[in-house]
Amino acid sequence: MSPRTSSPTSLPKIGPAQIALLERLSNAISVSGDEREVREIVIKEVKPHADDLSVDAMGNVLVICKSTARNPLRVMLDAHMDEVGFMITEDDGDGLYSFEVIGGVDERQLPGKPVLVGKERLPGVIGAKPIHLAEKGELHSPISISSLRVDLGPAGAGKVSPGEWGTFATRFQRAGASLMGKALDDRLGVATLIELVKHHPENIELAAAFTVQEELGLRGAKIAATTLHPDLAFAIDSTPAFDLPSAAKKENTVYNCKLDGGPAIYLADAGTISDPRLIRFLEATAAKFGIPYQFRQPGGGGTDAGAIHKVLSGIPTVSISIPGRYAHSAVLMSRISDWQNTLQLVYAALQDLTPEILASVRK
Amino acid sequence: MTELTPFLKKLISLPGLSGYEDPVRDVIRETWQPLVDEISESKLGSLHGLRRAAGSGKHHSILLAAHMDAIGLMVTSVEDGWIRVMQVGGLDTRILPGQLITVHGQRELPGILQMIPDRLQKKSRAGSPPEITDLFIDTGLSARELKRLVKLGDLISFAQLPFEMPGGVLTGHSLDNRASIAALTVCLDEIHRTSLDWNVWAVATVQEETGLAGAKTSAFELQPDIAVAIDVTFGKGPGSNDHRAFPLGKGPTIGVGANIHPALVEHFKKAADEMDMPYSIETMPKSSGTDGMGMQVTAEGIPVMVIGIPLRYMHTPLEMVALKDIQRAGRLLARIITRLEADSMEKIFAESKA
Repeated sequence: MSPRTSSPTSLPKIGPAQIALLERLSNAISVSGDEREVREIVIKEVKPHADDLSVDAMGNVLVICKSTARNPLRVMLDAHMDEVGFMITEDDGDGLYSFEVIGGVDERQLPGKPVLVGKERLPGVIGAKPIHLAEKGELHSPISISSLRVDLGPAGAGKVSPGEWGTFATRFQRAGASLMGKALDDRLGVATLIELVKHHPENIELAAAFTVQEELGLRGAKIAATTLHPDLAFAIDSTPAFDLPSAAKKENTVYNCKLDGGPAIYLADAGTISDPRLIRFLEATAAKFGIPYQFRQPGGGGTDAGAIHKVLSGIPTVSISIPGRYAHSAVLMSRISDWQNTLQLVYAALQDLTPEILASVRK
Repeated sequence: MTELTPFLKKLISLPGLSGYEDPVRDVIRETWQPLVDEISESKLGSLHGLRRAAGSGKHHSILLAAHMDAIGLMVTSVEDGWIRVMQVGGLDTRILPGQLITVHGQRELPGILQMIPDRLQKKSRAGSPPEITDLFIDTGLSARELKRLVKLGDLISFAQLPFEMPGGVLTGHSLDNRASIAALTVCLDEIHRTSLDWNVWAVATVQEETGLAGAKTSAFELQPDIAVAIDVTFGKGPGSNDHRAFPLGKGPTIGVGANIHPALVEHFKKAADEMDMPYSIETMPKSSGTDGMGMQVTAEGIPVMVIGIPLRYMHTPLEMVALKDIQRAGRLLARIITRLEADSMEKIFAESKA
């Protein structure tokens, strides 16, 4: 263990205020392409702490917090505001609506879920036909999305129109050391980024991007990074923890990351080879401050980093994620401790960042 | 008068799985107490409310049965921080992943019901819907804490809270069959100040979902002349559009079929017609799948009627009913009861005896 040069108590913490903010963010509905509700919360929270704040053509919120240093590093921090959900595609009459899923939602996660739909956030259900009426053999196949409808009740006819969005109606709750709610991917990142704007280290120029349409292919991050032209970037997201029961008796070697393991630092995913200088720096920072961390298993998936590192003349980028179980379902689970350790690791890293990092060797 | 919506919302916010109906029975007892002359409990836990006929001597009796038990899950193992489960009653495992549930352990624990993800599943099963053995509950607690708080046989109910939708529609879990308990309560309210010629047994039965145990035993104990099962039936909606399903808000159903005495079909239809009440005839050619089939073959046989309240998404955490169908079912029962006279038995069944 490396000696601590700074006590963790000087690092920002997750307390009741932060959890209350996460609750609002988790309950807010902001499906990719319709991020207004979360954007309004973000703007309200960060405005008093921003030297500059703008909303770009796609709806990204871009925030600049200036540095007191001369020629500071310009560091982009990214978290996406959007979440998976659906769009109403057809009014089938009688309060029933066809829909198309937005983002990677497994069809097996849809039947029997409460939803909120449209500008009015009307309560509805994605129902499932009674088991009593199932045909022979039917129970062995997933219920297809094409057979599902959003149901606003018999009096709900004409209450929403094709083109309106909706998603799961899950209400956030805290259960001991755990957090349960929808869209923790990536409201945990958004809440972390809000904290970092509120407590931005003054040695760097912070360029925070609260992005749109990550779930549809990292679209917001691409233009945000182009506008912000940072020296380097950190994407803060939520990554699936598959530390779950397995059907095989052998050891689970494909867990991706684990709850209670601390922030998951990305080495490589489907879209990005993380900048090795930033990986080593995060590792060193974690050791210096005694912050637990884990490496996310290299593999598929991706974050906004996949778009950011390839714009302009290239931006050294790394992703750090808060582990979360059951991503893209009605209710995710994360740990308060993993969230706090992620916030502290990013904060500590920013505080120690100097331009020399970009002159160091890639290894 | 019992306020229907808050009463029913309260009923469906309570657990009360088959065999463990205490929480819901307590609330029903409290509500029925002022509406009946006597109230008691059967050996299996069914609630028997009696409205006595006026005057002394022997009276005919009618039994109105609505089951109060609900489907859910039971803990089968607690290992490594995970709870494994089995169904109590008929549950399609395809609707279970991603449900919020309450584990009724040493204390009530919130949890998420989920399935083994494809990457940890056998290759041949990837993409398949989960079987019950693929499901587990995550409470977020440590393995040690979980072992301390949860044991085999603990019950698990859906955490879904009830919510109202426009047009007098209520959504939530366990509306099968708490909606019918509410209808039965509407009936008791309606007949409260009316003098009766027949004894009326209002019975909230147990263990319908696991084999009609409450209805069979209560009917045997009370030996009514006529028995009516009030249960939910399939509401027209996604996946349920054939002749077995009925529109929400267009009235209850009157059953026709082998479980039901033909004379009672005519009698109930006539009453509904006289009231100008909308209803549908529900064909149940072979079996009604309700307490009615248990009561029909009890003791020396009992003439049975089955009344249905259309409900969408049966046996899911988001069942849906129209409140006015519940009211109509209750008022239809009240109409039947208040018109029963000393010689009704002979009159109703005259033709079938000829």
